[in-house]
This record gives sequence, structure tokens and C-alpha cells, in this order.
Amino acid sequence: MSDRPHPILIAVAALVYLFLMVPLVIVVGAALSDTTYLTFPPQGLSLRWFENIFAISAFRRTIVTSLQIAFLGTMIALLIGIPAAYALNRFRVELPKWLGTLFVLPILVPEIVFGFALLKSLTVGAGVPIFAALLIGHTLIVLPYVVRVISASLASFDFAIEEAAISLGSAPVKTFFTIVLPNVRAGVIAAFILAFITSLNDVSVSLFLTGPGISTLPIQILAHVEQFFDPTVASVSVLLMFLTVAVMAIVERTLGLTFLAK
Amino acid sequence: MTSRRFWCRDGATGWALSAPATLAVLCFLIVPIGAVIAGTFMDPRGAFAPYISYFNSGFRTTVLFRTLQISAFTTIISLIFGFMTAYVVSRAPAKLKSLLIVAAVFPLLTGVVVRAFAWLIILGRNGILNQTLLALGIVNEPLEMLYTQGAVIVGMVYLFVPLMVLSLVGVLENIPKDVLQASSSLGASPMATFRQVLLPLAVPGLIVGAVLVFTGSFTAYATPQLLGGERQTVLATLLQQRAMVSFDWVGASTIATIMTAITISIVLAMSHIARRINPMAT
Repeated sequence: MSDRPHPILIAVAALVYLFLMVPLVIVVGAALSDTTYLTFPPQGLSLRWFENIFAISAFRRTIVTSLQIAFLGTMIALLIGIPAAYALNRFRVELPKWLGTLFVLPILVPEIVFGFALLKSLTVGAGVPIFAALLIGHTLIVLPYVVRVISASLASFDFAIEEAAISLGSAPVKTFFTIVLPNVRAGVIAAFILAFITSLNDVSVSLFLTGPGISTLPIQILAHVEQFFDPTVASVSVLLMFLTVAVMAIVERTLGLTFLAK
Repeated sequence: MTSRRFWCRDGATGWALSAPATLAVLCFLIVPIGAVIAGTFMDPRGAFAPYISYFNSGFRTTVLFRTLQISAFTTIISLIFGFMTAYVVSRAPAKLKSLLIVAAVFPLLTGVVVRAFAWLIILGRNGILNQTLLALGIVNEPLEMLYTQGAVIVGMVYLFVPLMVLSLVGVLENIPKDVLQASSSLGASPMATFRQVLLPLAVPGLIVGAVLVFTGSFTAYATPQLLGGERQTVLATLLQQRAMVSFDWVGASTIATIMTAITISIVLAMSHIARRINPMAT
């Protein structure tokens, strides 16, 4: 069997990639259109719809909320996820296997069920403020990514180095920060980025945890699409895509993108 | 001495370090979802009353079957196209391969709302597809493509094909090239090698991909909401309506329990099958 796939297969793959790329190109085109309705190819180039994003206060507010939640949620997930990932690798023998599975649960159960459960028990049941409930929800949905990505980089870390440092008199906590953490830096950065993007784009959990005055950008986009069909949504989408590209460029610079495919 | 005790291989330190994350999952995920599920069995009308009334409603049973149908179609289409694409990607020269992987990762990192919205522009009554068809004279009046099952399936395939491609590229790369070369040097045609060697070796990966896509499309919200609307209500959109519009907590909890039960049974059943087929797979 020759190494080159059959021409029909190559043609199918090319069509699949076309199918993946064309809709995104169309969104960008529609965002740049000068018309008051959504159209493609754009008729007259303009950035007015990008200005319109910031003219609508709901978009301004939700962009800020989304960034706050994504940043805080990711930081908390790292804060509790890094020690957990470390423990899972360092004490692999001592800790039961199901503990690793436990941290994957948030992506195993349907997100929309999780969002509803949080609404029922936290906001309605315990009177937790919406922002706090939103933060808790986002922290949990990104936790699996944090634990898994950092575990993967810890798996290739030789713990003998840590033991050497400790037996030479370095305090365990100091050893962690000066020896272990710098060695898994790439994993921490990747985990941060994956978690941040996941949180920023989340719909299913946020859907239930929004209320008067508090909403996230994707939920606001959904609400806007159902009322107005103008290019503003296309330009917000482009804004989100640019954010993703920027973040991916950082990953590419630091780790190489194939890292994300693992 | 203290430092020595600290890194002694005792589980206590491990438990302590993983405690915050464990507690978070326990308190904010397991307990709330457990409460939702338990609540449906404590109905004053009887233990299974919410389920009996769910399945007695023709509309709600239709929604369940529609959701299963959409997920099944999405999975099959994604499997076929994802496998062919992944095969080509896995055989591509290194430079092109990493470019193709990036091109598959990018849509995956773009939000689901943005990706569903793109299809709204394409499939709408005055959308690009209708304009093109009208201009070419293929149709005389715009087709109603939005709010059909087809629209939801296209949107879902668009969501999940990259996921399928990425998970299969890894699997196909792990199949040793020698095995395929052996097959062809022993006289098998490319088609026979594909059917009898490559495909069976890829089955565990295909199962994992199928589970990811099926459970993902079974629980997706934004795509069926935007492209299917009320005419194509699925479990996820029905759950949202019951909870946020009708404030029917029991109804919403029942749907949530059905979704969780189906998702978890599929994951467990398929990982069991994958293990039976290939003892090396985890």
C-alpha cells in the first residue's frame, strides 16, 4: 500500500476542511459589511458594527463579566487543581484510582444538567448570589482540563529530582515552587489557556446562572440573535475569534500547537 | 527530620493536597446533581410518577426520540467524514500535518454560539445558500432550511467533526506502518488493507470518538436552539424551557435525570465494549 492516500480520500478531506473554514470566513465577512442586515459577501467595508458592540451597554457589561469569570474561575481551578494533579502523580500508589475519575466528572455529566443543578441548589436553594454561583460553575467545568493537562506534564517529570532537593535540605514547599513547578510550566500555561477559552465560550452552565444585570457574553449573543438579526453579533463573534487567535498565537509561541491536540 | 516525614510516601499528604478539589467536586457537582435525581423519586404522587407522566406525554417522548435521532445521525456522519479526513491528515507530510491539525483545533476553540450563528447566516431564508440557489436558477423561491432537523444535524456535524478528526489522527498514527506495509507486500489491495487491517485496528478509537460525539450532540443546547428553534425542540432546550420559562422544577429534574442516565450508560457501555475489543485500550 503506497503512502499516499487515494485521491478520492484526499478530495473528501479537502471538502471537510472547506466545510470547517467557510462558515468562519462568512462570519468575518458579515461583520465587516456596511449594511444594516446580515449579508455575505460584505457590501461596502466598515467597522461600524464593531463600534456598535461597545455602544450597546449589555455587550459592554457582559464582556467584562465573561472576562472576570473566565480569569477568576481559571485561577481558582489552578489553585485547587495543581495540588490535586501533583498528588495524583506523586502519590499514585497511595491514592485510590477513582480519585482521578472524580476530577473528570464535570465533563462526563451533561453540562446543561450541571447548570440546572447549580441553579436549583445554589441560587434558589441556598440563596447564593448569581455572580458567585456563576464563578463556582465555571471553576468546576474547567477543573478537569486543569487536572488532566497538568497531570500529563507531571507524568514525564522525574520525582527523583524533587527527592534529591529535599534530601539536600530544601524545604518541601520551597522545593515544589523552585523545582517542580518550573518543570511543568508549559503544562500550567496550556491548562490556563484551555480553561480560559472553555470558560469564555461556555453556554450550558451560564444559561441557568444569569439574572438581572448579570450575564455572560455567549448568553447575551444568544439573546441578541433572537431579537435582532444585525451584523453586531457577527462582529462580537469576530471579536471572540480574535481573542482565540491571540491566545492560540501565545500557545504556538510557547509550546507549539500540536500540544493542544494531545 | 520534618522534611523527611513530609515526603514520606504516606497517603495522608496526597489526600490533603487533593482535598480542596475533591471537596469542590463533591459539594458543587455530586451533591447538587444527586439532589436533582433524588428529588424526582420523592414525588408526592408516587416514586415514578414524574417518569410516568413524562412518557405519557406524546410531545415529550417525541422530543426524546428526536434528540436520540439527531445524535445518531450526527455521530454516523461525523464518523464517516472524520475517519476519512483523519486518515489523510495522519498520512500527510509533517509540515502540512501540523497545519491541518491547527485548522481542526481552531474551530474547536471558537465558541458554540459563534459556530451555530455562522449557519444561521448560511441557511436563513435570505441566507447565502438560498441567494446562491436563486441566482443560479436552481430554485424559484427560497427554501425553508432553518428550523428543520437537517439544519440541526448540519450544525452539530460542524461542531463535532473537528473533535472526531483530532481523536482519530492520534489513533491512526499509533498504528505501526509496518503492519500496513506487510499487508500490501503480501499482496492485499489497498482497499483490502484498509478494510481488513486498518479499520479493525482503528475500532477502539472510532468507539471513543463516537461516544464523544454522541454524548456531546445529545446534550448540546446552543445549536438546536438557534438552528432548530421550537419546531425542533430537543431534551436540552426542553430542560431550559421547563426550568426557566415554566418554572416546572419536577419536569426539568426528570429531563435532567433522563439525560444523565442515558449519557452515563452510553459512556460505561462503550468503554466496556472498547475494552473487550482491545485489551490494550483503557
